[in-house]
Amino acid sequence: MKKLGVFICHCGVNIAGTVDVKSVAEKIGKTEDVAHSTDYIYMCSEPGQQIIREAIREKGLDGVVVACCSPNMHENTFRKAVKSQGMNPYLCEIANIREQCSWVHQKEKGEATRKAEEIIHATLEKVRKNESLEAIAVAVNRRVLVVGGGIAGITASLDLADGGYEVILLEREPALGGHMAQLSKTFPDLDPAFGGLLSKASEVEKHPKIQLHCYSELEDVKGFVGNFDLVIRQKATSVNGAKCTGCGLCIENCPVEYVSEFERGMGIRKAIDMPYPGSVPNKAVINRQHCRYFLDGSCHRCEEVCPEKAIDYDQEEERISEKVGAVVVATGYELYPKEQLGEYGYGEIPDVIDGLAFERMLAPNGPTKGKIVRPSDGKVPKEMVFIQCVASRDPDRYMPYCSRICCMYTAKHATIYKEQVPDGQPYIFYMDIRSDCKGYEEFLQKTIEEKGLLYLRGRVSRVFQDNGKVRVLGVDTLTGKMVEVAADMVVLATAIVPSPGVKELAAKLRATVDRHGFLTEAHIKLYPVESSTKGIYLAGCGQSPKDISDTVSQASATASKIQALLSTDKLLQDPLIAFVDEGICSGCGICVEICPYEAREMDSHRGISIVHSALCQGCGACIASCPNFACELRNSASNQILKMVDTFVT
Amino acid sequence: METMTSAGKVDSSFLKEVEKRSGEKLSLCYQCLKCTAGCPTAPYMDFRPNNIVRMIQMGMRKEVMESSAIWFCVYCQTCGTRCPNEIHIGILMDTLREMAMEEGFHAKEKNIHLFHEAFIHSVGRGGRAHEVTMLMEYMLKSRDLMADSLFPGVILFLKGKFPLLPSLVHGKEEIKKIFERCTKEK
Repeated sequence: MKKLGVFICHCGVNIAGTVDVKSVAEKIGKTEDVAHSTDYIYMCSEPGQQIIREAIREKGLDGVVVACCSPNMHENTFRKAVKSQGMNPYLCEIANIREQCSWVHQKEKGEATRKAEEIIHATLEKVRKNESLEAIAVAVNRRVLVVGGGIAGITASLDLADGGYEVILLEREPALGGHMAQLSKTFPDLDPAFGGLLSKASEVEKHPKIQLHCYSELEDVKGFVGNFDLVIRQKATSVNGAKCTGCGLCIENCPVEYVSEFERGMGIRKAIDMPYPGSVPNKAVINRQHCRYFLDGSCHRCEEVCPEKAIDYDQEEERISEKVGAVVVATGYELYPKEQLGEYGYGEIPDVIDGLAFERMLAPNGPTKGKIVRPSDGKVPKEMVFIQCVASRDPDRYMPYCSRICCMYTAKHATIYKEQVPDGQPYIFYMDIRSDCKGYEEFLQKTIEEKGLLYLRGRVSRVFQDNGKVRVLGVDTLTGKMVEVAADMVVLATAIVPSPGVKELAAKLRATVDRHGFLTEAHIKLYPVESSTKGIYLAGCGQSPKDISDTVSQASATASKIQALLSTDKLLQDPLIAFVDEGICSGCGICVEICPYEAREMDSHRGISIVHSALCQGCGACIASCPNFACELRNSASNQILKMVDTFVT
Repeated sequence: METMTSAGKVDSSFLKEVEKRSGEKLSLCYQCLKCTAGCPTAPYMDFRPNNIVRMIQMGMRKEVMESSAIWFCVYCQTCGTRCPNEIHIGILMDTLREMAMEEGFHAKEKNIHLFHEAFIHSVGRGGRAHEVTMLMEYMLKSRDLMADSLFPGVILFLKGKFPLLPSLVHGKEEIKKIFERCTKEK
C-alpha cells in the first residue's frame, strides 16, 4: 500500500472562504492510505512548499495530492517541490478545488465542502495508480518562421536573425512593410514612417540569416513545438526576381491601369507594378487578374521593354517545404470594411474617407503627393471633420473594443492638416481621448494648444451630402448644444479588425482566435506573446489593436522568448503520452488515421501500431478511437479514470 | 435645443480674443472640473466655471457675456491654484467682466456692477478693501439699505472682523498712480 499525502490550500479566502478546509483535511486524513493530511493558507508559498517537503521526508510519502488552484497555475511548482525530495514528479497531482469548486459554488458552502472532498478522493485514486515517468527529450529545429512582413514581422525577424537564428519570413504581398508603408508621419514625434521602415526592410532583405518569401502564404503546417513541418506556397510573380533590377521600364510601358488598393482606392496602379515606389524587395510583379497577356494574350509590352529579359509569363507557383522550431504570427490588421459600415456615408460620399486613405493623401509618395484635397473636386478642404470611434466601442452594432490608435492618429491628422491649411478649421468628434503611452498626452495637449483643434465630445448622428458640402450632425455634450458642421471633407477613424485569412491560418497552426478574430494569447497578463499552442508566438495587431511602439516591443518580446526556447538542442516534453499494449493491438490502423500529430504509425513488421513519443501530444484521440482498448494514456489509464468517476458517482 | 451651426459659425475668434486678453491658455482645458469642484460661488452661478471655459471654446460670446457667472466670481483663485493646465479662471473672469462692460452687456443681477465698483473704489482709496466704507457706498448707491450683507456684516462686526477704521497700506501714492494709469488706458 502506498503512503499518500494530501495538502489542502486555503488560497487566502479564495478556497477557505467557501470550503471548510479544516474538516476536509480531517476527513481525508482518515483514509486508510493517507499518511498525512493538512491544510495551509498558501501552499504555493515557500513555507507551504516546505510543509510538503518535510512531510515527504518525515513520513516517507510516495504519492502527493495538492488540493488547490488549477494545475495550469502551480502543477509545476509542486512537482518541483516533490522532486527536490527524491520523489518522481509525476506522482504529484493537483486536485483543483478553486476554479472547479470554491469559485463556482460560493453560495453553497456545505455542498462545496463535500465536492472538494470528492475531488480530492478522485485525485487520490489517480495517484494510487500513477507510474514514475521521465520527461522525454526531443530534438529541436532551431529555425523560426515569421508570418507577416509588417513592422512586427520585420522586427521579430531581425532580432532573431541577429541572435544567430535562421529565419524564414513570409509576406503575402509582393513587398515588405505592411500598413506602416502606407503611413505618412507617426505620432507622437511626427517622424516620417517610411524611411525608417525601408531601412529596416532592406536590412531584412540583405540579412544572411533571413530567408525572405514575399508573395507567399503558409499552406500547411504539421508538427509541434521544436519541430514544425511547413509547406509554403510561393505565388508566381511572372518576373524572374534574380534578373529584375527594379528599373521600372515595364511599369512605365504597361498599358493596363486599375484602382490601387495600396492607395486606398485614390490612385491607380499598373498590371505590372511594385506595391509602392522603392519597395523592398524592389522587384516588379505581374497581377495576372489584370494583365492582358493573361486575360487574352494581347499584350507583351513588359517583355518587350525589359532590358534584363526578366519577364517570365510561364512562371508557376512553387511549393516549398521547410522545417522550423517556432513560429511568430504577425499578421497585422485591416480597417473595418466599408461595405459593412452602413453609416456616415462611407463608401457613398466621395469626400468621406478613412484614416488610411488620409494617410496616403498626406504621404509625399501618395496619390496627391502629400497635398490635402477633396477627392470629389480636388479643392482644398477648409472645414475638416474627423470622427473617432467609428465602429469601435459599439458592442451592439460593430466592435466592442477600443481600437487604441485612432485618438492619436486623429490628433496627428488634424495637426498636419492645420499645418498645411492654416486657415482651415478641424473639428474632432470623440467619445473619450485615450493617450496612454509615452509622450502621447503631451503631444495631444501641445497640438490642441498650438493648432486650435476643436474637440467636440459626442458621437455623430448623421453625415449627408448637401450642396457640395458634407453635413455632419452631432452634439457637443460639454455644452449640451447640437452641432452642425458643413464640412468639406470627413475622415473616419474606423475600427481595426484582424487581417482577412487569420482564422484559416490560426486553424492551420492550431492557435485560437477570439470572437473578433484576434489571435488569443496564452495569458493576457503573464503570457501575452505566447499563443495557447506551444511554439506559436504572437506579435502586432493580429493579437490586438496596437500602435507601432507596442508592436515593436511585442515583436522583440517574441524574438527573445523564442531565443530562450531554442537555446537548447533538446526540448523536454511531458511523458504523459499514449502507449500501446502490444499484446492487444490488432493493427487495424484507425489510430494512425485519427492522430492529428502524425505520431502513430504502423509497424508492418510486427503488425501493430506504434507511438512516436516525440510527436505524441497526449491528446487522447487514438485512445478513444481504439476498438480493442489497446492504447492508453500514461497516468490517465482507463482504470484510473474509471476509479475517479466511481468516486463521484457512488 | 439650440443648434450651433458652422460654415464658420463655431466662432474661434472669441476664443482667440479671450486667450489673448487674459493670457490664459483656454484651449488646453480638458474639462476635468477641478475648478468648479473647488469654487465657493459655483453653486450660485448660472454656468459653472468649467462651462464658461467650454462656452468660450465653442465661441458662445453672447451667452458668456450675459452670464451671471462672470460677476459671481470673487477671485479667490482656488481654481487657478488647482488647475492642472495652469488656467487662472479668476484672471479669465476679470477679463470677461471687462469685455462685458466694454461691449455694453449687463449682468442679470441687479446692482452687481455697483457692488464691484464699490469694491474697486474701496481698494483705490486705501490700497486695501475696507468693508465698512465699501458696504456704505454700495448701500447708498444701490439704495438697498437692508442689503443681504447687512446681517452677516453685523455678526462679523461683533466678532471684530469689520474694523471701523480702514487699515492703510504703505505706498498709497503708488496705488493712486496705478488707478490713474488704468483709468487713463481705458
